[in-house]
Amino acid sequence: MGDELRFHFNIDGDNFTSAGEASVEVKKKLRQLGFPPDVIRRVSIAMYEGEINMVIHARGGDADVLVYPDRIVIILEDHGPGIEDIDLAMQEGYSTAPDSVRALGFGAGMGLPNMKRYTEEMHVESTLGVGTKITMVVNVQ
Amino acid sequence: MTVSEMASALDLTPVSLGDTQREVTGGYTGDLLSWVMGRAQSGDAWVTIMSNANIVAVATLADTAAVILAEGVLLEPEVAELARSKGINVYTSPLSAFVLCGKLAALL
Repeated sequence: MGDELRFHFNIDGDNFTSAGEASVEVKKKLRQLGFPPDVIRRVSIAMYEGEINMVIHARGGDADVLVYPDRIVIILEDHGPGIEDIDLAMQEGYSTAPDSVRALGFGAGMGLPNMKRYTEEMHVESTLGVGTKITMVVNVQ
Repeated sequence: MTVSEMASALDLTPVSLGDTQREVTGGYTGDLLSWVMGRAQSGDAWVTIMSNANIVAVATLADTAAVILAEGVLLEPEVAELARSKGINVYTSPLSAFVLCGKLAALL
């Protein structure tokens, strides 16, 4: 730590309409910083999925994006219900999202798998009733 | 082919316009947003019947060239305004997603 650029966002848990604003903001900043389009796309997709998850499941949370010359680290932390079975949650198609959320086009069970797909490293720490912390790393090639 | 050329070839009605000279390099269809986010490629024309505000974020982040609303779907005025503010190309067509994709595939 030390010389990284850090962006912090508070994710509003009640607002599906504004969900994604933090990711769009990160995309804009990374573009201004001149990162390659593929890196920007992967960071912003992974972060958007995390943002949506926090809105659906955890009444919001905090997102930190740490920008280093060779990698971008995304840390998402919420105080939601926690993930009961992380291996199951990582499977494509598995979702616990309510029908109201599915009607909006979410809840396909692709959120966590997409986050894994688009990042080089992904760590999920979750405690039932306490919350979830997800750390993702995207390398800059 | 540019977005603008695609729009006239498919007889699409504009809902929100951004950079219509952008190149369309492929196509994708789907209504499950994470699915689209994970699979659509940058430069794709995305055919969907989903019309809520989240399609603007998905189109921005997945970097699609244009969104084509099938089956005559329209955007609520505030969603259309959001799309315009983000410079997202959105069109609508009375055709089904199936027919639109068939025509688009033949064009590309």
